[in-house]
Amino acid sequence: MSRPTKKKKNTGSAGDSELEGERIVQIRVDSRPERLRLVRAVVGEAASLCGCSENCVRDIVIAVDEACQNVIRHAYGGNADGEILIDIRRDGDLIAFNIIDFADPVDVSKIKPRSLEELRPGGLGIHFISQCMDDARFRSPPNGAGNRLWMVKRIE
Amino acid sequence: MVSCEIREQDGIAVIALSGDVDLESSPKVRDVLLDCVGAKRPIVVDMSRVSYIDSSGVASLVEAYQTARRGETSFALAQVSQSAMRVFELARLDKVFTIHSTLADGLRNAG
Repeated sequence: MSRPTKKKKNTGSAGDSELEGERIVQIRVDSRPERLRLVRAVVGEAASLCGCSENCVRDIVIAVDEACQNVIRHAYGGNADGEILIDIRRDGDLIAFNIIDFADPVDVSKIKPRSLEELRPGGLGIHFISQCMDDARFRSPPNGAGNRLWMVKRIE
Repeated sequence: MVSCEIREQDGIAVIALSGDVDLESSPKVRDVLLDCVGAKRPIVVDMSRVSYIDSSGVASLVEAYQTARRGETSFALAQVSQSAMRVFELARLDKVFTIHSTLADGLRNAG
């Protein structure tokens, strides 16, 4: 069996001119499941710093974790050599999250929450994101990136 | 990181999960749950020390729950932490799973 080709690390970044609001923190992690704990910790601290309540922080952490999971599992197809850039900004009473990957662009029309009427394992990530955030949508990625999921939550 | 402690109490398998049940650890949790379900003993999953659970962790529980039901094995959750309960509510699984507020209740009603 041939080994998967190692992807070259992307050196692109999300410049301030491409994203809105005051930057709170930006982190870049490998597309590995074991990095999600670190992502959750940073996202939780950033949301707390912005004045989000405990429940608001909890929902934000759920949404960002699920978004990064989707990048790892679907955009990169489980390839741990990819990178995820998480950019967190404050814009007035909103906190905005940009989850940027450097994989091939995904077909956004195929990304939909599934019905909860059907009891089966899996397929809940998009539903969690839509429930936990006030808005979430794919927007044009910065130069050199593959996809950008933008999510926003009112600070409460 | 997650830990899965299994003990038997009056013929009931008590699986105590602790830590984060996420994309990294949910395969391990899935294996433990399905192994116990395969042993055909009533199961109570103690979730009091679950600090975080994501959709992959929920998927492991749903799969174990469905497998247990097919085998007519009792499968219940007990002492679900607040953060895990929020995720169950989002998935509307709080109405699907049998959830006991205490482990003693879970043990009393298992079987």
